[in-house]
Amino acid sequence: MSPLQDYLLLSSLLFSVGLAGVLIRRNAILVLIGIELMLNAANLNFIAFWRFGPNPSALTGIMFALFSISVAAAEAAVGLAIILAAYRHSKTTDLDQMNSLKG
Amino acid sequence: MIFAVLTVAGMAAAMGLRNAIHCVLALTVGFAGVAALYLQLGAQFVGLTQIMVYVGAVAILAVFAIMMTHSPEPVKQPAFSSQWFVGSIVAASVFAVLAWEIRSSAAFTQGLPPQPYVTVQRIGDALMHHFVLPLEIMGLLLTAALIGAVVIAMGHEEEMK
Repeated sequence: MSPLQDYLLLSSLLFSVGLAGVLIRRNAILVLIGIELMLNAANLNFIAFWRFGPNPSALTGIMFALFSISVAAAEAAVGLAIILAAYRHSKTTDLDQMNSLKG
Repeated sequence: MIFAVLTVAGMAAAMGLRNAIHCVLALTVGFAGVAALYLQLGAQFVGLTQIMVYVGAVAILAVFAIMMTHSPEPVKQPAFSSQWFVGSIVAASVFAVLAWEIRSSAAFTQGLPPQPYVTVQRIGDALMHHFVLPLEIMGLLLTAALIGAVVIAMGHEEEMK
């Protein structure tokens, strides 16, 4: 196996761990953290393809990863703010108990 | 290899532990492992950005959110959802399909290209010339996200009383 395949396998494993966390955790904050793990797996893919791609002296992979990290940081801030607002409303972060659309 | 094992162990612990604070602590280990992988791949700037943004900001933000939403009485309830079995099956099958495709693909037969010469100066040049419009849009997005997060988390006046 080439080293690119190793990194892609690792990144798909990270993505699956994040997906499992999103699907099975009850705490809303940990679900958001699972989404961050999936974004990290995507960033690892960007860097791996940049490093082992045909033209690594172009900086496109690094730039894509940097912008992706910035978007992920903005998403984390807004997501945690939404979770705080929902907690203030329903007094819980348990997703199995947040089952009412009407409040 | 060591960093890969460290990363996967940290992130699996972050998704599997019971206590939410322990989860975030394991998460910082996983993020630092990803940063070490970036350094190993020759992307120093991205690795240091990863440490600053994720270990320094996102993990701290998650700790604050967990502390602010901590229920006063510790209720003993399962940490996992009621459909945890279906969720694990879905995640495992996603990984199986991805791993099978990656292993069976023939597109990765080329050798290792030489280590690219990437300095912070080149990244800054690229950001200021070729990628200046995305950089400006990113600044706008971060400002909007900051204001939006404050407005959403602040709540209304009557709720505060």
